[in-house]
Amino acid sequence: MKCIIIDDEAAARAIVVQLCSRIPYLEIVEEFSNAMDGIKFLNKQTVDVIFLDIHMPGFSGFDFVQTLKKPPKIVLITSDTKFAIDAYEYLSIVDYLVKPITEDRFRKSIEKVKDSLQKQATVEKEVQTDETQEELYINIDRRLIKLRLNEILLIKAEGDYIEVKLADKVYRVHNTLKKIKEKLPENIFLQIHRSYIINFTKIIDIEDNSVLIEKNVIPISRSNRPELMRRLNLL
Amino acid sequence: MREQPNLNYIKELSGGDKAFEEKFMSIVKTEFPIEKEEYLSYLEKKDYKTTSEIVHKMKHKFSILGMQQGYKLAVEYEENLKKDSVTLQDNFLIVLQTIERYIKTF
Repeated sequence: MKCIIIDDEAAARAIVVQLCSRIPYLEIVEEFSNAMDGIKFLNKQTVDVIFLDIHMPGFSGFDFVQTLKKPPKIVLITSDTKFAIDAYEYLSIVDYLVKPITEDRFRKSIEKVKDSLQKQATVEKEVQTDETQEELYINIDRRLIKLRLNEILLIKAEGDYIEVKLADKVYRVHNTLKKIKEKLPENIFLQIHRSYIINFTKIIDIEDNSVLIEKNVIPISRSNRPELMRRLNLL
Repeated sequence: MREQPNLNYIKELSGGDKAFEEKFMSIVKTEFPIEKEEYLSYLEKKDYKTTSEIVHKMKHKFSILGMQQGYKLAVEYEENLKKDSVTLQDNFLIVLQTIERYIKTF
């Protein structure tokens, strides 16, 4: 974790440096005795954590937090407990340490930062996954055409091509079923035959050896049938 | 008996790291006299708001040096200064002088 320290008191900065040195994955990249220098630095570089003194002449720690467009995790360090409630106003403020800081309390604070960073990473990954899994670009005559996944009914292999069928259109793409399958979310799409992948949510009915999606009758191969049956919410 | 500074906190923090202890003492030895001078200067100018900010910063050193009574005094004095009251300035000065004597022994 990359960290910076902002505190106008050199002795206070030295204590945080010492505490950080006990935790191998913490790297102090810079120290600042005033908030303005910290802001200039953060305009050029990103860090994971800021150890920030609240009480600095001219520019308080809270003023500093408000100036940051995309603040990293912040651990406030202060001699006053009276600002603790104000700290909860800011999502980026993970913890509040009262001077003089003990090693045990500092370690707990770092655990909180780690936990907060992990949660943030998980949320960002989920958002990214949701966004990318909603659409697929196909290359037709050097044009990239965006398809919404929930509009695809089925995909059929045709020699060196695949046909992507929507309700009102069919796109013929030079590609393989295997490759497109890798791009499709498994919870929606299912291969039910060596030549067919279907959008599972579009099934109207299933007969012995075939599935009906709109007006398309798609064969089910014997080997894929168990997986199809497993996915069905059978009464 | 008047409260005396100690290095218990620093030694606990250092975990036997002598280099850190020496570096830290050196910082305090440099920083404290500057803060004291600033404090006296703003007090003389009767700029009590700035004086209170300096007292705020100095009180951390009191707690680092194990001066619990001195720390409590500084907290009260800081609040008084915000209200333009200097009633605790003599007691505060005694704490400063105690620390000053102590850091000369480093």
